[in-house]
Amino acid sequence: MSRWGAVVTGVGVVAPGGVGRAAYWDTLSAGRTATRGITLFDPAGFRSRIAAEVDFDPRAAGLTEAETERMDRSAQFAVVAGREALADAGLTPDLAADLVPPERVGVSVGSAVGCTMRLEDEYVVVSDTGASWEVDPGLASRHLYRALVPSTLAVELAWTAGAEGPATVVSTGCTSGLDAVAHGVQLISEGSADVVIAGATDAPISPITVACFDAIGATSRNNDNAAGASRPFDRDRDGFVLGEGAAVLVLESRRHAARRGAHAYADIVGFAQRSNAFHMTGLKPDGLDMAEAIRIAMRRAGITPDMISYVNAHGSGTMQNDRHETAAIKESLGQAAYGVPVSSIKSMIGHSLGAIGALEVAACALAVEHDVVPPTANLHHPDPALDLDYVPVTARKNVNDVVLSVGSGFGGFQSAMLLARPGLLAGE
Amino acid sequence: MAAGAKAAARAGAGVAGAGGRSRTVFSGLAVTAPNGSTTERFWAATLAGVSGIRPLDRFDDSGYPVRLAGQVRDVAGPEQIESRLAVQTDRWTQLGLVAAERALADAELDPAELDPYDMSVITATSSGGNEFGQREIQKLWSKGPRFVGPYQSIAWFYAATTGQISIRHGMKGACGVLVGEQAGGLDALGQARRALVDDASVVISGGTDAPLGPYALACHVSAGQLSRGTDPASAYRPFDAEAAGYVPGEGGAIFVVEREDVWRARGAGHGYGELAGYAATFDPPPGSRREPGLRRAIRLAMADAGVSPDAIDVVFADGLGLPAADLAEAEAISAVFGPYGVPVTVPKCLVGRLQSGGAPLDVAMALLAIRDSVLPGTPALSVLAPGCDLDVVRETRPAPVRTALVLARGYEGFNAAVVVRALPGDRP
Repeated sequence: MSRWGAVVTGVGVVAPGGVGRAAYWDTLSAGRTATRGITLFDPAGFRSRIAAEVDFDPRAAGLTEAETERMDRSAQFAVVAGREALADAGLTPDLAADLVPPERVGVSVGSAVGCTMRLEDEYVVVSDTGASWEVDPGLASRHLYRALVPSTLAVELAWTAGAEGPATVVSTGCTSGLDAVAHGVQLISEGSADVVIAGATDAPISPITVACFDAIGATSRNNDNAAGASRPFDRDRDGFVLGEGAAVLVLESRRHAARRGAHAYADIVGFAQRSNAFHMTGLKPDGLDMAEAIRIAMRRAGITPDMISYVNAHGSGTMQNDRHETAAIKESLGQAAYGVPVSSIKSMIGHSLGAIGALEVAACALAVEHDVVPPTANLHHPDPALDLDYVPVTARKNVNDVVLSVGSGFGGFQSAMLLARPGLLAGE
Repeated sequence: MAAGAKAAARAGAGVAGAGGRSRTVFSGLAVTAPNGSTTERFWAATLAGVSGIRPLDRFDDSGYPVRLAGQVRDVAGPEQIESRLAVQTDRWTQLGLVAAERALADAELDPAELDPYDMSVITATSSGGNEFGQREIQKLWSKGPRFVGPYQSIAWFYAATTGQISIRHGMKGACGVLVGEQAGGLDALGQARRALVDDASVVISGGTDAPLGPYALACHVSAGQLSRGTDPASAYRPFDAEAAGYVPGEGGAIFVVEREDVWRARGAGHGYGELAGYAATFDPPPGSRREPGLRRAIRLAMADAGVSPDAIDVVFADGLGLPAADLAEAEAISAVFGPYGVPVTVPKCLVGRLQSGGAPLDVAMALLAIRDSVLPGTPALSVLAPGCDLDVVRETRPAPVRTALVLARGYEGFNAAVVVRALPGDRP
């Protein structure tokens, strides 16, 4: 029986700082922050008025007017990233059917809050700005049901790729991205598909989502220093900065990728998810459940802690997370934790909820490709209680043979994924 | 007893089923449905042909082009949730929490007796905490952002039900949430079976939805698939010559599924049957002349279960209740079984379509049909639509049932199929 795993052969990204994979890597490797004052709506009256927004023009990104009209912003991100990933893998839709039977192509897309922006925009119309509990369905657009059910995200990606294999949306809150990519790898490993379009998308920068995080004090109120507001592992952090975006990967079985001579960014070689069964938003400082996820992911990949070259942290920018995660890394990696670079790209592109996990896997695949560790921006005053190497401010050359990405989210979910240089761990 | 189960769980897969893997056993189930808020009330009503479809009475729907809905009544449901939890959860989550608790009781499983990391929660949803979300979004838009409450962030998102069940019962294994509209409930069960391979020995799975709030119902209206009928007996009649849409409903079913060796070692709970086969496909893009994916999903699920068409005793059809969709489904069924080749039933005509709760409800009915040797009927059917060459079970009738096929399709292209089968041997 072949091992659990798949190869990343295509990467597509829509992220704060610039649309496209090249712009994304440029942002990350330059250590440039893309957080700023909110422009998508007027944030006056909100406590947190900053976010990492994508400068996104759907038409310039290649979407038709009809596509733009029927899709929420999160679906638009997913489709644009999906097309870039397919082209990158040499599987443009007109070519794909010749190379891979549609029945053997699956879709797995993560999202925490789905098409919430469209839902809110239309709510304002049909409710006359919240005037009454009943609404006027006659004022709804004909696409509104597509916003209620986030399964639409899988629909759009399946249509983009001409996929007729298993398709689903994975919606486990802030671990959705990691979990969706892992589900894609699972579909390949169990033989249900040869190629899976896997990734995640979220576009949550709308009043209701900003307000709900305001209400629990989870987001940064460092409104006067928007560019420096997302500061994981820094003593001056005061919450996460909301982000948006999408990353979509083309995953293939090793054999399939080799047969068609596809370029491989990285192998995905291990994954595990565990839950803390503790609290919907709270984390115990011991990090034991995330540590368990990391340990099991390592066991499944057949690696030891000293083999890990880089840890892409959850690093959301809350004190609770920083301590929880640092404890988890030390608990699971032991002494090796002190020798491995750990960084959070949320310092640059914010926390895009379910999307971020896929954006982080994309960053890991590119980090393996380029042998560079993206930094933790804004880390000028390390929290003295945290004692790992968090790669402050500046990117670092590093031989990234094996990379760990972790995520943590509401509901208590903890996920850990391992990527490796192509072929390094395969074929055993 | 519990020690035996723990030991079995640690020892790994023990009793092999078809294909060399351990069987996935349904050891407990619980239903919340419009025609019965508990399993036995629902089942008695269903066998008697008692409909739960009634005029919508939850809000003033005079502005809506829809009169009927399947509302869960005589709710021994949400009242069972303590007030602390009730204020932080949507109705959809409350229905899931109540059903999970009852399913555990039905399985005679005390989670405290198992290793927390050996228990997972994997549910499906389509519209999340829409009613809770509408309340908060109304506050936001009518009063201002400071009026949004602290629980919006944990009640609205699609992972809320899985997270709350995990926390309530101390289940720390790999958790999941899948969205595939009406097909997602079967995807959750497929995912539960995957988790039993090496992530867990017990999984709480299935799905509920409660999409009957004023805004969610307006979303439904926008898709143009709702029945405008006013007679509960005929408003939703799948495969009928006068089929004209579906009636929306709420509720669903939650199961305890276990690896067979763990279940046997535990020596408690029911042996309703096994999840013998599962497959999912996606339809070609609109305008394609390729065949829709349902027939392939049926074939794949039956191959997965290792059964031929003549082994299937009954098919629980999806039955959207729109002529083109009904015809396509009938053609897929006939392509596999031949015209009038297998008894087909759609008892969901008594409750409406429950989004992600619908297919789990069908699976519950299939398991109860196995238990009681009875085929529940489709009383709404009057005259079979032309071209639908199906042997529809109109009235409940006794019949031995060993193997059942459950079909589900989700909005805009999802297909899923599940085969459930009676367990062999000493614990029927």
